[in-house]
Amino acid sequence: MKLDNSTTLEEAETAKPSLWQRVSVFFEDIYNVYRFILRFFKEAFLPPYEFKEFIRQCYEVGYRSFPLITLTGFITGIVFTKQSRPSLSEFGATSWLPSLVSIAIFRALAPLVTALIGAGKVGSSIGAELASMKVTEQIDAMEVSATKPFKFLVCMRVLATTVSIPILVMYTAFVSMIGAYLNVSQNEGTSISAFFQDAFEPISFLDFNTSLIKSIVFGFTIGMVGCYQGFNSSKGTEGVGKAANSAVVLGMFLVFVEEIVIVQISGFFRV
Amino acid sequence: MEKQKADIDKSKAVIDIKGLEKSFGDYDVLRGIDLKVYQGENVVVLGRSGTGKSVLIKIISGLLKPDAGTVNVLGEDVNSLNSKELEQLRLRIGFSFQNSALYDSMTVRGNLEFPLVRNQRKLTKAEVNKEVETVLDAVGLLQTINQMPSELSGGQRKRIGIARTLILKPEIMLYDEPTAGLDPITCIEINHLINEVQKNYHTSSIIITHDLTCAKETGDRVAMLLDGKFERTGTFEEVFNTDDERVKTFYNYNFIQ
Repeated sequence: MKLDNSTTLEEAETAKPSLWQRVSVFFEDIYNVYRFILRFFKEAFLPPYEFKEFIRQCYEVGYRSFPLITLTGFITGIVFTKQSRPSLSEFGATSWLPSLVSIAIFRALAPLVTALIGAGKVGSSIGAELASMKVTEQIDAMEVSATKPFKFLVCMRVLATTVSIPILVMYTAFVSMIGAYLNVSQNEGTSISAFFQDAFEPISFLDFNTSLIKSIVFGFTIGMVGCYQGFNSSKGTEGVGKAANSAVVLGMFLVFVEEIVIVQISGFFRV
Repeated sequence: MEKQKADIDKSKAVIDIKGLEKSFGDYDVLRGIDLKVYQGENVVVLGRSGTGKSVLIKIISGLLKPDAGTVNVLGEDVNSLNSKELEQLRLRIGFSFQNSALYDSMTVRGNLEFPLVRNQRKLTKAEVNKEVETVLDAVGLLQTINQMPSELSGGQRKRIGIARTLILKPEIMLYDEPTAGLDPITCIEINHLINEVQKNYHTSSIIITHDLTCAKETGDRVAMLLDGKFERTGTFEEVFNTDDERVKTFYNYNFIQ
């Protein structure tokens, strides 16, 4: 079907796609994601390096998330301890609270809570920022001045989230344990040394490594999803909203999928 | 790197477009256009909104791929270049965007330094500062050096956008609607700046616009894009000396007749 000459370019771009077009767009998207990830590995570790931008992004992603992470982690520690107490007290096993809480926090809660907060705060901001740069042609401006926008905008953000999220996970675990300790000490009168001795006893090297690997994967995913959605957003303010929204939704969804996969894999190594 | 005026060969085409076609879905935007831009020449491209004027300069700079036809820029076929060769070619082309496309997280200095330090890595800090101050002075906005883009007016943003491209001393300038959304006095200043850039930097330019005053003031030649083809090309007077209603409407609206 030929559109007549009075149809403008904008009208042609916003025309509704057919079912076949949607299916082909879906497979095209998968191929584009694959190419996007491949391009990241091709460009991220080759010179020229953008250290200044990497540090700036670490500051944005990591340092600026500390207040929110502190509050969330602290509340998670208190709430989880409080909710676990009635079940344990039925068996007279409240002395197991420190070890139960620490296993839950180190193995699952700290990486998951941090990743979900990261997907909401960092993923959305990356998606929206890159999408608005695309809408205002700032990315095109970088492209035409031969300044490698992919390396500057995408690689540095993904590297920053990959490095910062694991640090934030460790910090979340720490403040959650502080929250848990305050709750336990108030109710059971446990001393700080006894609490942490009991808490760390069941934590194995495998737990620590699994959490670390998990948080690196989560960080990479959050950065990559945010950058992909922003870098490939459609034009217009609607595109910015969609990019931010899908960065959060897809980021969170993938975090849960990765959680299941990594837990299953780490299960093979547990005796 | 700056070319001397004596070196300019006005018979040498720096941009040579043949049979260029581009479609978006079912909509044919460009339907086999031909255009030559000679060294030191300003060519104005006129046409209705959405008729593919910006698409044309995006193809010239390699941001979009054409469906058919050849685009030869400074002796290189843009479509056959690999990404490294395209980067090298882009250093010789300046692109002034319709909305200026200033990096809003950086100051004016940061905007100007950004392409320079990434393409000329051996420059010292003092040399970078000197280059930044020189181009800012050329566009008359040295006082804005530490301001953020959000603190600038529309006209100032356009000028900084042009300064950012001039810092790499391009041989070709592509202006996408340089006077769009500006008041008449600022439009006159931008027209003057475009002519100054041509005179001082010895650039060849394509200027996309709806503004016939801009076309008249800055264009050595005008090309009118109608229904995906250049229907009329020549001097401003030659293009508008016609009975074609579409062209006459364009003229009458701009000059209130």
